Amino acid sequence: MIALLLVLIPLIGGGLTLFLPRPALARPVALNVALISLIAVLLGLCQFTQAANWSYDAEWIQPIGARFSLKGDVLAKWMSLLSSIGAVLSILGSWNTDRKLPARFYGLLLWMQAGMSIVFLASDAFLFYFGWELALIPAYFLSSIWGGEKRIAVTIKFFIYTFVGSVLMLIGLIYLQQLTPDGSFQWQAFRNLELTESKQIWLFWLFFLAFAIKVPLFPFHTWQPDAYEQAPTPITLLLSGVMVKMGVVAMIRWLLPILGIGAFIWSDVVICLAVVGILYASLIAIRQDDLKRLIAYSSIAHMGLTVAALFSLTGFSNNSNVVLHYHHIGFQGVMLQLFSHGVNIMGMWLLADRIESRFGTRKLSELGGLARTAPTFTIFFVIIALANIALPLTNAFPGEFLQFNAIFHAQSSYRIVFLVFSGLGVILSAIYTLNMIRRIFFGETNSATENGLRLTTAETLALSLVVMVVLVFGIYPQAALNFTNDFSWEYVKSIDITRFLAK
Amino acid sequence: MPINYYLFLSLALFSIGMVGVLTRRNAIIIFMCIELMLNAVNLLLVAFSKMHHLKNLATSATAGADGQLFVFFIMVVAAAEVSVGLAIIVMMYRNIHSVDIQFLNRLKH
Amino acid sequence: MAMLSFPNIAYLIPLLPLLGFLVNGLLRNHLSHRAIALIGSGVMALAFGISLLVFYNIPAGAPTILTAFDFIRIGELQIPFAFQLDALSSLFLLIITGIGFLIHVYSSAYMHEESASHYGRYFAYLNLFVFSMLLLVMGANYVILFIGWEGVGLCSYLLIGYWFRNTAYSQAANKAFVMNRIGDLAFLIAIFWLIARTGSVSFTDLPMAIGTAGQSAKLSSLDITGITLLLFIGATGKSAQIPLYTWLPDAMAGPTPVSALIHAATMVTAGIYMIARSNLLYTAAPLVLTIIAIIGVATALLAATIALRQNDIKKVLAYSTVSQLGFMFLALGSGAYVAAVFHVMTHAFFKALLFLGSGSVIHAMSGEQDIRKMGGLKKSLPITYWTFLIGCVAIAGIFPFSGFFSKDAILLSAFLKSPIFYVIALFTALLTAFYMFRLFFLTFGGSFRGTEEQRHHLHESPAAMTIPLVVLAILSIVGGWVGIPEVWIHGGDRLVAFLSPVIPVSSGHEISHATEYILMGLSTGLVLLSILFAWNKYKQYRAEESESPFARLLENKWYVDELYQAAIVQPLHKLGGWIRSVFEPKVADGAIQGIGRSVRYLSQQFRLIQNGQTGNYALWMVIGIVVILSVQFFLRK
Repeated sequence: MIALLLVLIPLIGGGLTLFLPRPALARPVALNVALISLIAVLLGLCQFTQAANWSYDAEWIQPIGARFSLKGDVLAKWMSLLSSIGAVLSILGSWNTDRKLPARFYGLLLWMQAGMSIVFLASDAFLFYFGWELALIPAYFLSSIWGGEKRIAVTIKFFIYTFVGSVLMLIGLIYLQQLTPDGSFQWQAFRNLELTESKQIWLFWLFFLAFAIKVPLFPFHTWQPDAYEQAPTPITLLLSGVMVKMGVVAMIRWLLPILGIGAFIWSDVVICLAVVGILYASLIAIRQDDLKRLIAYSSIAHMGLTVAALFSLTGFSNNSNVVLHYHHIGFQGVMLQLFSHGVNIMGMWLLADRIESRFGTRKLSELGGLARTAPTFTIFFVIIALANIALPLTNAFPGEFLQFNAIFHAQSSYRIVFLVFSGLGVILSAIYTLNMIRRIFFGETNSATENGLRLTTAETLALSLVVMVVLVFGIYPQAALNFTNDFSWEYVKSIDITRFLAK
Repeated sequence: MPINYYLFLSLALFSIGMVGVLTRRNAIIIFMCIELMLNAVNLLLVAFSKMHHLKNLATSATAGADGQLFVFFIMVVAAAEVSVGLAIIVMMYRNIHSVDIQFLNRLKH
Repeated sequence: MAMLSFPNIAYLIPLLPLLGFLVNGLLRNHLSHRAIALIGSGVMALAFGISLLVFYNIPAGAPTILTAFDFIRIGELQIPFAFQLDALSSLFLLIITGIGFLIHVYSSAYMHEESASHYGRYFAYLNLFVFSMLLLVMGANYVILFIGWEGVGLCSYLLIGYWFRNTAYSQAANKAFVMNRIGDLAFLIAIFWLIARTGSVSFTDLPMAIGTAGQSAKLSSLDITGITLLLFIGATGKSAQIPLYTWLPDAMAGPTPVSALIHAATMVTAGIYMIARSNLLYTAAPLVLTIIAIIGVATALLAATIALRQNDIKKVLAYSTVSQLGFMFLALGSGAYVAAVFHVMTHAFFKALLFLGSGSVIHAMSGEQDIRKMGGLKKSLPITYWTFLIGCVAIAGIFPFSGFFSKDAILLSAFLKSPIFYVIALFTALLTAFYMFRLFFLTFGGSFRGTEEQRHHLHESPAAMTIPLVVLAILSIVGGWVGIPEVWIHGGDRLVAFLSPVIPVSSGHEISHATEYILMGLSTGLVLLSILFAWNKYKQYRAEESESPFARLLENKWYVDELYQAAIVQPLHKLGGWIRSVFEPKVADGAIQGIGRSVRYLSQQFRLIQNGQTGNYALWMVIGIVVILSVQFFLRK
């Protein structure tokens, strides 16, 4: 029931908002819808925890064997929480910004959330694909109608880029469906296929490309800084906070358990790409003058680390509990970081949006001295920025700590190289983040920043929510780790490819 | 008369028609050339029909009749086409005072 | 009241500064200067009191572990948020909270001219720093230690850049943080390595890891060497050793009390603490110990030579700190962990004293820091003069001042390690005495060389500043008496005995008493000579000092900053710029755009076929028919 609600609330709410008679109502209605779905998730997490509440199955498109089946495992619950927090933050953060056609804007925004909910919850591959596209199309319209100057060109690039990946994935899905005995798209049916190595080697890329473009992983990332820069910030917030997590979630659910051998064979390549991406994006961020692009590149670096950690978990344990134990540790890091990075980057976008809308510029070189004129804003910014560089006692530290641990235990002969180079990202991230802080907040004020910046109640609320998550999971990460613990253990056992060796 | 003569005649007619369509610029002449091609086919159909009729007379009284039928069809279609086509050409002439198809190159836009 | 008795009361030690941080940080706009100073210093006084209580209640045997909650627990990996109370940590607790309290008091007067909001911010940062530092020394495992480790780095960053309107200061703050992070990366990798091999990061599991108690070791000697080396690299960042020392002199951009607390007495000694804490591992890695000794003595010498030619009062003290830290690492490298900790303690006393004294001088000189423009301050600043003198004597290592005992212990350990280390260390000690007295004579001796206006303003500092000076001066005199050499009084080295539960006493050194007396006499005599030499040279300031190329080299700090800039910073910067403006748009994005462009180009070409000529279309149609027919014709064969 909860699972279905999480799809239906934003879907129906979005539809309602789209056709509201009075545009002024759009914002409150949208906020209420987002809050209701947040409450639904929280209820589902605290009260209605039974599996029955979190699953739903119905006939859908019978001729091709697609079913409307949703199943909320811990990963889905975790990401649903993130996505509903994201929707609330996105609406709250833009509360005081007036846009043209607000009803359309918020309606599409909610539809995007519905699509993401489907992606996280779907246990039917066709439904998953459907949600994948459903999330993309509103994002396309939102960016191309309400975006910046170069929005048209950029959103077309964004759309085509991600769509190419989706089509490849669709081919892969259909191929897998043909192989299942009953022509089903169910996750379990795919899982039972146990494909041979020669098939997995090429099938892997069909899926991986789609997911890697979404994450995005170097060198498939070039749509991302442009799209983040041009999209309206509430949408950028959802794109980078939640939508790119779809890529990782898809790898976790649809790639590693189903194409485990392929993933293991290519893991060196993937980790290598991810690590190069970390350094590459960090180096660009160091020389970046545009605040939004800087945050975009930092996001590429952070997601690169997550992907590297995730692919470090592939391989065979020979049923050794020690190996599985270290994989367990690493996967806990991935789970924690998915959530933490989502919240932190959303906080960064809220802050960037505030700066842009107040001063009309995103150029670091045109800012300065805000620490004196806007002290409260500075405190929020510094805390969230430090969380972004994984300072201990912020939520990103335990996540990154466990992720590095995962890379250290990768079944690859280059794991030390991977660890050291991805670790360099930690140093580089300190450089660009501190430089960003210095250039925005320190030094003398100029005519633009002289008058400071005040936060409205809605913005303070949104930022406080982010800071709260940062500190709670930073000081007591075990709260999150407990939640994902059993799932992670089962998961690392399920992606272990020792079962193939036995045959 | 051997079938070869019919074949060569209709081939010649068809080729004349085709070359005419490809090389002439006057819409009416192209139109006439198309008619020529259609009639070349008609001739062929009639000739083969007659041949089949004579050859299979013993087994079937109506052998080859479908060829003749086809010819009628084509003639009807050609007549319809001529009426529509000529109407278009007339309208064209009214609009641009020419029946030269070189002027009709808007399709590329 | 189980909470308020030992050991649970120890929770309050870090919590009190945290409380001070929260109150001062959140309410700084609503509190008066008085209230802020009272809260900031008050929590420190309380924390110091509790630390004393803890210090006297430390059981002699196994450490007391206080577990607050699970920080990270995944399967068998358990990283509790736990504190370890034992001799080593309680000693550091005393140093941190004690000196921290004095510096808070001092700051209340030193920073008084700041507006309430900034005054509150300053005290909040300072309290946060103490909190992090306490986490660092109280942490019962490497991860909690690391949390404090990065926390103090953050506070150091915030306090160096405290005057954030000055861009150079915030750049110095960035430099400090980033250089620390380089070391932190090595530290992190060491932790992963440890987890991989032993599955635990708790200090209490270290004996098990190296397999002392009859069990087989979990760590091979390669593991131990790697882990200890990486931990040491981490320490070079935090404790400003070669090659990561250049941030410390720049860190003098922060307010002077900050330099005293963070960049002299406490934070920079974190590396020594960490290695002393891991002494079991290090003893099992003789190769790494030798490396540490080499790096330590090299840093000591290098920094001392630079200090000879610096003219900024705080820069001299900064290089002196780097040099003294080098001494401590030399002691660690020689296996004399207790001597290193001893020197941490005495150094904390006299270097905090010297920094605070220099703060008093700067305060009196209206912000002037160049010692060439000082001189003759003896009359106007009597308390500062006398306490500063005590500090200089202590750092020079004259009997019976505290520096003598700790430095002597280090020199002795260096001698035991290798006479070469001893000779270099002794030479460095002479340089130390020389540059400290150069600083002293230039500042306080001779005649006043500042402007008339500065002379007019000269005044002794208020009591809130002088009382800490006096207290520290007393400590600088008597602080060394806890470690009187065994050759003088049997059982005089109380520190060794006190720390023995944490740092096992090594087997007696094979050196005759006569040699030990000779070494002591030699170093004291030479140091006195060196001071005389400095007095002779600098009792009267001469503006024109000979400008030999070597002197210029020293003045420019051996051009190390420039070297780093040219060899690392600039290339990285250029690489980043090249990727951003060439590779990213031309290659990475260019490939994608290229696909799009080639599709566009091809469709442009195909479009040309559609020229609108009806005849043309007809021709294509005919050609098409002919092709199809002929294909059919030939294929049928």
